[in-house]
Amino acid sequence: MLMSYIWTGLVAVSLLAALWTGQGGALASAVAQGAREGITLVISLAGSICLWTGAGRLMEHAGVTGLLARMLKPVLGRLFPSSRTDRHLAGSLSANVCANLLGLGNAATPMGIQAAQRLALQSKNGVATDELCRLIVLNTASIQLIPANVAAVRTALGCASPFDILPAVWITSVCSAGLGVTAAWLLGRCWRK
Amino acid sequence: MTDYVVPLLLLVSSVLALRKKEPVYDLLLQGGAEGLKLLVTLIPTLVILLVAVTMLRSSGAMELIGQFTAPVFRLFGIPEETALLVLIRPISGSAALAVGTELMASHGVDSLVGRTAAVMLGSTETTFYTISVYFGAAGIRKTRYTLIAALLADLTGFFMASLTVRLLYP
Repeated sequence: MLMSYIWTGLVAVSLLAALWTGQGGALASAVAQGAREGITLVISLAGSICLWTGAGRLMEHAGVTGLLARMLKPVLGRLFPSSRTDRHLAGSLSANVCANLLGLGNAATPMGIQAAQRLALQSKNGVATDELCRLIVLNTASIQLIPANVAAVRTALGCASPFDILPAVWITSVCSAGLGVTAAWLLGRCWRK
Repeated sequence: MTDYVVPLLLLVSSVLALRKKEPVYDLLLQGGAEGLKLLVTLIPTLVILLVAVTMLRSSGAMELIGQFTAPVFRLFGIPEETALLVLIRPISGSAALAVGTELMASHGVDSLVGRTAAVMLGSTETTFYTISVYFGAAGIRKTRYTLIAALLADLTGFFMASLTVRLLYP
């Protein structure tokens, strides 16, 4: 339902703005142009998407996720103390974080939900625990090593080196995830349960 | 340096998979086919949303939104052209992709605005969607401070995206 409101809102705002600026002609041609550009975008994305989902599958089976999981163990243990005693939780937690890091969105969500359900067992009367809040904040602050989709769009638009944004993406992700988790940790200490 | 990240990643994962006697080539094909299937389901979404975003751009609404929000954005050093992207990113992933693509196309992929849009897309998530899916599945009704912390993280992301692009790609 949300998307219906967004779509209607976008069209209404465009129409009102066109009336205001007197750009009615441009608005009319934009409808056909947008539809054509949508298809052009999908076709030029297809190659990169095909390659990167293939590479994602390969990384999963190659044990890259397992390697990352071992490297992340100390950090995750500190962020989620329950994972030190609960092996089930530790497994789905690190699978969730590693899939996010590798940009495997489809694999990340089910694992994250498993971890969330496991953490929710400790909560009473539907009130989120601090660890659960931290898990969700970590998932809303995307942490990706290879932002394949964005790079695919850049390639589609004719960029010569689509991955040159990597350092900026890494720094930004670390800062936003770090601040999000720190804020959650601080808020958790003073927020009433 | 970044030129070697991707080829190296492909080589390392292929070699690691071979050592585990995994069928590297078949895995690539299977994954690729799955990705294309996913893309097909995305076609209507991208077409419809690009129609909406192109309408916004050509009607002059994007500039109006940019002008309206410019004082706040300037305060944080975020390019005001990215206003709509910043507003829509936490709500809808596909709409954000459409807005970001339009920004990169109209300002140039290697321009300040185009790069900032790319970094924003690559380092933030669809916050509201993620929160509702996770808490819904876990059966939680009182989410306490989660939304505040998540939105603070998003704001940091938008701010840092603008800052890093300004500093790293002069």
